[in-house]
Amino acid sequence: MTATRGDDTAETALRAAGLRPASLVAGLAAVVVAVTAGLTLGPVDIAAHRVVIQLLDGLPGVSLDSGLSGAHAAIVEQIRLPRVVLGLLVGATLSMSGAAYQGAFRNPLADPYLLGIAAGAGLGATVAITSNLGDGAGALDPVPLAAFAGALISVTVSYVAGHLGGRSTASLILAGIAVASFLTACQTYVLQANSDAFRQIFAWILGRIATSGWSEPVLMLPYFVVAAAVVLRYRRALDVLAVGDEEAAALGLEPRRVRMIVVLAASLGAAAAVSVSGLIGFVGIIVPHAVRLAFGTSNRAVLPLSVLFGGAFMVVADLAARTALAPAELPIGVVTAFLGAPFFVLVLRTSRREIW
Amino acid sequence: MTAAVSVRALDVTLDGTHVLRGVDLAAAQGEWVNVIGPNGAGKTTLLRALLGLVPFDGDIDIDGLGEHHRRAARARKLAYVPQTPVVPPGMLVADYVLLGRTPHRGVFAAETANDRMIAVEILERLDLRGFGERAVQSLSGGERQRAVLARALAQQADVLLLDEPTTALDLGHQQDVLELVDALRRERGLTVIATLHDLTLAARYGDRIAILAHGRVAETGPPTEVLTVQNIAAHFGATVRIVDDPEGPVIVPTTAAGRSQAEPAPITQNGDQP
Repeated sequence: MTATRGDDTAETALRAAGLRPASLVAGLAAVVVAVTAGLTLGPVDIAAHRVVIQLLDGLPGVSLDSGLSGAHAAIVEQIRLPRVVLGLLVGATLSMSGAAYQGAFRNPLADPYLLGIAAGAGLGATVAITSNLGDGAGALDPVPLAAFAGALISVTVSYVAGHLGGRSTASLILAGIAVASFLTACQTYVLQANSDAFRQIFAWILGRIATSGWSEPVLMLPYFVVAAAVVLRYRRALDVLAVGDEEAAALGLEPRRVRMIVVLAASLGAAAAVSVSGLIGFVGIIVPHAVRLAFGTSNRAVLPLSVLFGGAFMVVADLAARTALAPAELPIGVVTAFLGAPFFVLVLRTSRREIW
Repeated sequence: MTAAVSVRALDVTLDGTHVLRGVDLAAAQGEWVNVIGPNGAGKTTLLRALLGLVPFDGDIDIDGLGEHHRRAARARKLAYVPQTPVVPPGMLVADYVLLGRTPHRGVFAAETANDRMIAVEILERLDLRGFGERAVQSLSGGERQRAVLARALAQQADVLLLDEPTTALDLGHQQDVLELVDALRRERGLTVIATLHDLTLAARYGDRIAILAHGRVAETGPPTEVLTVQNIAAHFGATVRIVDDPEGPVIVPTTAAGRSQAEPAPITQNGDQP
């Protein structure tokens, strides 16, 4: 059977719900607005056009005079820019990983911490801090490395335990919950035994987008690139998986293999994000759902748009965190929930889409 | 005629339960075979084994499919309409039907203009023109069943496996769906293997019927031979009357009250008539 005649009207009506150019433009605009705000606003206000000129000046082969003083140029290039870039990377990674988890598990409540990443990273960081290995700042500090190791170990253990328990999605999620509970218990024990480190540990747990120059963004970048490359490549496979494992298999997909690859890539990204920025909740659930409400449920749109809007959201949240009570900084996890929850309710109210 | 599907000595054990035992079944190219049987007889398991979704012992030969093949190759040969399809929230009918092109395009590639043409043609054929941008969830039962059928047809497979395609449909929509499948079978030379609960419909729309009971094929043959009062009593535990109709046997359940009026009452042990 081959369709030989094309019907223009019907063909137009068959526009698939992939990533539409208008949505992509909206996502890119959100990133540009957030980055501009992140670079210009702060204790020292710097005009947006001067920031743009200053950044263009930094490009190879371009020589422009922004009129910024040396101190202001340094604020833009050495303090705000790395922080904005880290915010973009962490926000993009967490929301994309959340969207990937939700697609892979077909569960709206799945977030990148589902398989124990948060608990594993929390335990790793707590052990590192209480052992006086480091103070949680700096990229090559033992604290983020310990958090990264803890996160990867917990995902691996959850995956192996879930497979032993019958290879179903439910057994994997349950294994994740068990592993997370166990590691949280271990963390609480270590915390209780070292109550002098409470403040430091909680500061880490509540999360922050703090940088000391470019080391954190540079460290984070490869993990984001790898996770995004794999997850985005599987966006169509996740759309097929939306009809459930059995029907997806009948359509020629290998559901378990797809789920494993997507979840592991998303976990790798999330573990790196957690290790540089602590446990920033909310982003991995709220951003993908807001994207679904606004742009439809196809993973071909949800995954790339979660990258863009997640990055933009985190930059704005970080801006609020460092300016609301300046010079004091709010923990970013507090801000993401404080800004994100009302925004999400608004989106929920205005959208008529059925997303789950 | 070559067999499009042939099953020999098929054994399936699920969670320690022997669900299918030595099942033999074949469907010739272009034939419509209905698999009937009581609940729990293994009908759905038989379809799932054909689809390679459960481990099995025995032989399943699908015409044109080598012994070692990928899932996608199987999906190009066999299309499946599940009994209760999972309807992804928010998915549009167009995208849903295009899922049927997955085995042809591969999971990483975008759908081609040809894929869209095929989907458009099928939507028109199934009277779903103009439904492309509606959510599958928003469709009525009859429309939804046609959308699922459209996805299966988009696979352009030679064999269509239908698991209780008329469940949850009213009589008119049951008839619509089965008439549609029959017309498509003739147009496209499809082989159809369906499980059905309604025996009269099974007699009307199938070339051949196989009764599956306790994991074995108990009877197989044309509807008039298989659908007898004795077979239905033995395998379904049902008491029925069979009315001959020019289009095939009509299976009518009888009531205890009706039976006592219509038939001479059984003679009791002491020989008295009640």
